[in-house]
Amino acid sequence: MMLQLSGVHAHYGSIHALHGVDVAVQVGEVVTLIGANGAGKSTLMMSIFGQPRASAGRIVFDGEDITALPTHDIARRGIALVPEGRRIFPRMTVLENLQMGAVLGEETNFAVDLKRMYTLFPILEERCTQSAGTLSGGEQQMLAIARALMSRPQLLLLDEPSLGLAPLYIKKIFQIIRELNREHGMTILLVEQNAHHALRVAHRGYVLQHGQIILSGTGSELLASPEVRAAYLEGAQTETAA
Amino acid sequence: MATFVLAPHSLSPATRLKDAAAVAFIALLLGIPMIGLTTVDSGGALQIATRWPTLFIFVGVAFAGRLVLRYGIDQFKAHQLTRERSSAAMAAAALADSSGRSGGPVLTWIAWAAFGVALTLPMFFADNRYVVDTATTVLIYVMLGWGLNVVVGLAGLLDLGYVAFYAVGAYTYAILGTEFGWGFWQALPVAGAMAALFGVLLGWPTLRLRGDYLAIVTLGFGEIIRVILVNWTELSGGPNGIASIPRPSFFGLELKPPGDDPTFSSFFGIEYSPIHRLIFLYYLILALALLTNLFVSRMRKLPIGRAWEAIREDEIACKAMGINARNVKLSAFAIGAMLGGFAGVFFAARMGFISPESFTFSESAIILAIVVLGGMGSQLGVVLASLVLVLLPELGRDFAEYRMLLFGAAMVLIMVWKPGGILSHREPTLRYAADGEKR
Repeated sequence: MMLQLSGVHAHYGSIHALHGVDVAVQVGEVVTLIGANGAGKSTLMMSIFGQPRASAGRIVFDGEDITALPTHDIARRGIALVPEGRRIFPRMTVLENLQMGAVLGEETNFAVDLKRMYTLFPILEERCTQSAGTLSGGEQQMLAIARALMSRPQLLLLDEPSLGLAPLYIKKIFQIIRELNREHGMTILLVEQNAHHALRVAHRGYVLQHGQIILSGTGSELLASPEVRAAYLEGAQTETAA
Repeated sequence: MATFVLAPHSLSPATRLKDAAAVAFIALLLGIPMIGLTTVDSGGALQIATRWPTLFIFVGVAFAGRLVLRYGIDQFKAHQLTRERSSAAMAAAALADSSGRSGGPVLTWIAWAAFGVALTLPMFFADNRYVVDTATTVLIYVMLGWGLNVVVGLAGLLDLGYVAFYAVGAYTYAILGTEFGWGFWQALPVAGAMAALFGVLLGWPTLRLRGDYLAIVTLGFGEIIRVILVNWTELSGGPNGIASIPRPSFFGLELKPPGDDPTFSSFFGIEYSPIHRLIFLYYLILALALLTNLFVSRMRKLPIGRAWEAIREDEIACKAMGINARNVKLSAFAIGAMLGGFAGVFFAARMGFISPESFTFSESAIILAIVVLGGMGSQLGVVLASLVLVLLPELGRDFAEYRMLLFGAAMVLIMVWKPGGILSHREPTLRYAADGEKR
């Protein structure tokens, strides 16, 4: 087991955002968390990183309890985050952003990893001297993913990577997620509102509602489940058709 | 008034005249009591006299001035609009690296020219105490600006109490020098370390604060240090300050009139002149400032420097990259404080006398203004802003009480024309060729 959350509770001030959540991610899997706005998806994702810290329950990564570790130490264990809203460093160049991602890695790996990212995201090579804030939303998302990958993580957390992107970019992002997993063996935990795309790429999925897991299963099971269809896939049909 | 300001760019002559007439009318109303009527002293009794011709000139000037001003502002706005449009068009064309790099070589030339001028300045003004002295003051502010730039410009931590570290450095040297007979060069590293320690002391409790909150705490810290200096008389001499602080020596040679020990002038067999010391002090601060610049530019290119900038950009993302935000912020505080401390040592050695008077909030404000006006994070910008902020009040001496007005107006104008500071251009810290080789 790569990542195991058991009975995790989390609070934002007085708001009780997570009510005892159990989530597991196996090596080599893509696992997705879907749910409506405010269901606690991002809270769950960020609580793995101790922001906010889990007020109860245990988070175990690679056999080690990381519940109480400081955020930067959690990152050093080999988890990389692509945060919601991308959070790239806007006034630094694309290259400097990538360098920041590699801050934990070996200096000797940098050139190799950089080349790998440029192959995966050719647009970043084109834009490498530009300040990251001048990139388009989709390009910024790719930069955020590449920056996270520069640390050679064992587990990649993606928080709403398709948020606010044009349909073409959404498609591309999910292609990349699939490619990372199928070809590079990357283990991925994916939080998404775009349930349709997320469940298609994921091996397994969880449905989060009001801070609790109400449903779980394989991607195709959830895609076929009437509850999921009713609550999260309405309107997605037209998108598939198109 | 807002309606005047928001008026569209292409106005008909009639609206322009109406606008100017309105201003002239206000000028007339204000002018009647202020200019139209005046008191004259006739044989001990005050009498009211009228000055209608002067008033009409005043109103006329207001009318014409408004027309010209309005026209000028419109032209400026129209110009800016077209410029914005053209730059937006350029961005749309997505030229790979046009945005960041333009102006790079020009800036390098300006920097080298400034360096050349700084290096040769005392040779041209060897007999002019005033010029050398003022240049020394400029350089102190340049050094302080470069130090504060680490905290504010790079790490993005708004520090309103920077003068505290300047004071810590100055007082450390003053006390070591007068009480324990330490020389300038011995005290310099100790005072720097002391200031760095105070930087960490301030940084530690304020780590979780950002922006406005941090600014207020640092403002308080600056005041605390000053109040301690005023009141702890046994240590700091209170408001009387500390006098006869030892002067720096040139590799052990004192710069003073010939005496028993070999002095600078006797050693080199030149005639003693008091200007030697001024010129020596000038080159000393020039060397210190250049070292500071070199140090900060090197730091910027190291992982720690990039981490400072990344913290400024996004703290949470930084932590998620595995960066220990606490240590990064503390290092920025400590290094900024240390550089301020070095400048303080020099200040104490130059003046020979220090008192809490020299370390008021307005100093912090000026140093911060230098960093902000220069363009946050820009090293050359700091130099230009120091020149403006130190020389303007000096040049304005002829205008006596209006000089601070001039000073304020200049700051407002810079912020209007260059909202990002004089030099908002940011030099990338690393460049790679396409094949991944370090350039």
